Amino acid sequence: MSRDNTVLTGAHFWDGDYACAEGAIAAGCRFFAGYPITPSTEIAERIAQRFPFVGGTFIQMEDELASMAAILGAAWAGTKAMTVTSGPGFSLMQENIGLGVMTETPCVVVDVQRGGPSTGLPTLTGQQDMMQARWGSHGDYEIIALSPSSPQECFDLTITCFDLSERYRVPVLFMMDECVGHMTEKVVVPEREKINPVPRRWYRGPKDKYRPFQPEEDGVPAMVRAGRDYRVHITGLTHDERGYPVINAECQNWCVKRLVNKIRDNAEKIVMLEEFQTEDAEVVVVAYGISARVAFKAIADARAKGVKAGMLRLITVWPFPERRVRELAERVKVLVMPEINLGQVYLELQRVVGDRCQTAHVPHCGGWVHDPNDILAAIMASGR
Amino acid sequence: MSFEQLATHPLDDLLRVDRIPHIWCPTCGLGIVLNSFLTAVKESGIPREDIVVVSGIGCTGRAAGYVNLDSFHTTHGRALPFATGLKLGNPKLKVVVISGDGDLVAIGGNHLIHSARRNMDLTVICVNNFNYAMTGGQFGPTTPRQARLTTAPYGSYEHPFNLPFLVDSCGATYVARWTVLHTRQLTGSIKEALIHPGFSFIEVISPCPTVYGRRNQLGSGLDIVKYYRERSVVRNGIDTRECEIDYQGQIVVGRFVQKRKPTYLETMNDYLRQSIGEEFVPYQGPMDESGD
Repeated sequence: MSRDNTVLTGAHFWDGDYACAEGAIAAGCRFFAGYPITPSTEIAERIAQRFPFVGGTFIQMEDELASMAAILGAAWAGTKAMTVTSGPGFSLMQENIGLGVMTETPCVVVDVQRGGPSTGLPTLTGQQDMMQARWGSHGDYEIIALSPSSPQECFDLTITCFDLSERYRVPVLFMMDECVGHMTEKVVVPEREKINPVPRRWYRGPKDKYRPFQPEEDGVPAMVRAGRDYRVHITGLTHDERGYPVINAECQNWCVKRLVNKIRDNAEKIVMLEEFQTEDAEVVVVAYGISARVAFKAIADARAKGVKAGMLRLITVWPFPERRVRELAERVKVLVMPEINLGQVYLELQRVVGDRCQTAHVPHCGGWVHDPNDILAAIMASGR
Repeated sequence: MSFEQLATHPLDDLLRVDRIPHIWCPTCGLGIVLNSFLTAVKESGIPREDIVVVSGIGCTGRAAGYVNLDSFHTTHGRALPFATGLKLGNPKLKVVVISGDGDLVAIGGNHLIHSARRNMDLTVICVNNFNYAMTGGQFGPTTPRQARLTTAPYGSYEHPFNLPFLVDSCGATYVARWTVLHTRQLTGSIKEALIHPGFSFIEVISPCPTVYGRRNQLGSGLDIVKYYRERSVVRNGIDTRECEIDYQGQIVVGRFVQKRKPTYLETMNDYLRQSIGEEFVPYQGPMDESGD
């Protein structure tokens, strides 16, 4: 075999899409199924180019339904698997994301968001799939969704997405956007030894005692792969610990509550946040993805005008970082949320904040990022 | 012979006996299909742990739940792409898709033609009962013209697919059709398909007395099988264009296609090795389970 080229250690000038592809390879992803769609295509292209050199299998499927189904199958075969898409394709993937949730299949789904609804703005940005990320598939569930603000994070957080999917056995959604995907910046790839991907939660007990959906201490069951004579039955139907379908309210209550609670009960361990000048802040901008990048300028301008502004950047959007948002709400005057939609994650912010402080939304329909002055105006209006 | 002895079945070790009784109706053909499949598995000598069953949704989709093998009951229409991921994720596996005509050919039709085109190394057992049975009997892509179903109350007027011709024209390298009356031939075909490298497709014409049969006053499952005996004709190797099925008409059965062509994996690996040269690193298989 040739030299190890799975981790391209060093400084690169990459766009977010390329960085995401390299993050996946560094995380150990060796199966990719996808369907071309702007503005995510460059990830698939990079994977197609790189996989033959790192022992990965790339397949371009006939559509996004097939792509999502294929990565679930590959995950059960025992490999780390990913698909990437954008708005319309994300809609098509929803049913099988639900199958991934129900069957507790580790995998990563990247959505490089563009403006919608429908075909919308294929080449221009949006953050309009955030609620679809949360509940786009039918039924009741909790999901993990991360949002990067830079190409560097597209690399780093893609690895985190794989780690979280293995740890919690859930599809993890990486909610990029067109701007971050196509933004070219310095990306530093660490040495291979410094990247320690989380291994699968392989079952290690006696074969005859294995129950595919028996939770371990943290509420997550251990996994086996197909072909090991465990003779598992895995179904999208409501099932018991053995994986057998049980169609009644009692089993539904057990099955769905556990799927939801394994995320809710571990939320504190899952949530990643970044804070900037929040120590003395009276106004805190709560933002994610490209909108957080834009908001930094507004915060600096507000400080220059004498308003103590800061930022809580949501790296994890789902589960929503309820505890930290409530703490801040107890002591600041207002929380301002810019996002490139007309009110999605803001609804959750309002719910969590309640009457602890004021909230303000800075909406944008998509097609471009916010003008920092619009965020500044919201800060100034509430900061006085 | 004691009762205990009678209460076992020769295929019990391949059945999830704790899930029996199954949900299928009396005289439905699915039990025969399952029996043929498990007999083929047993006789094939393929290690049991290497065989994985994937189903979609519907009456046939429940087959995955009764086999004592690794088995996956997926979403409606998506058994084939799920199976594709399983096969590519672990090329050692023998991945078998058992699903119905509605699942594989209507909602999953796109995946069927592309899996055949790729000559993906999968075995597909497509149970054709001419209707959507689990939802109470609606017409589907294989319903013969004139047959009456709840969404075709005056008879179906759509032209049905001729499945062997469809998959043959898309690139399938093993194509057969049998009815559940032809249990020995069916078992033989499944055995051949299991060891066939590439996309193998077996259509099984199967009675649905409860819905299709009742709505068309075709009698019991036994009456329907009698029709199979009277009107089926074995024509191995026939041009697949010549095996359309008309309402209660002749059913051409047999092994129509059996040819060797590089599979998807063979093509991919050979091509990349040639194109990239020494630097090509083929997929190394599933992750190591031993160490962290």
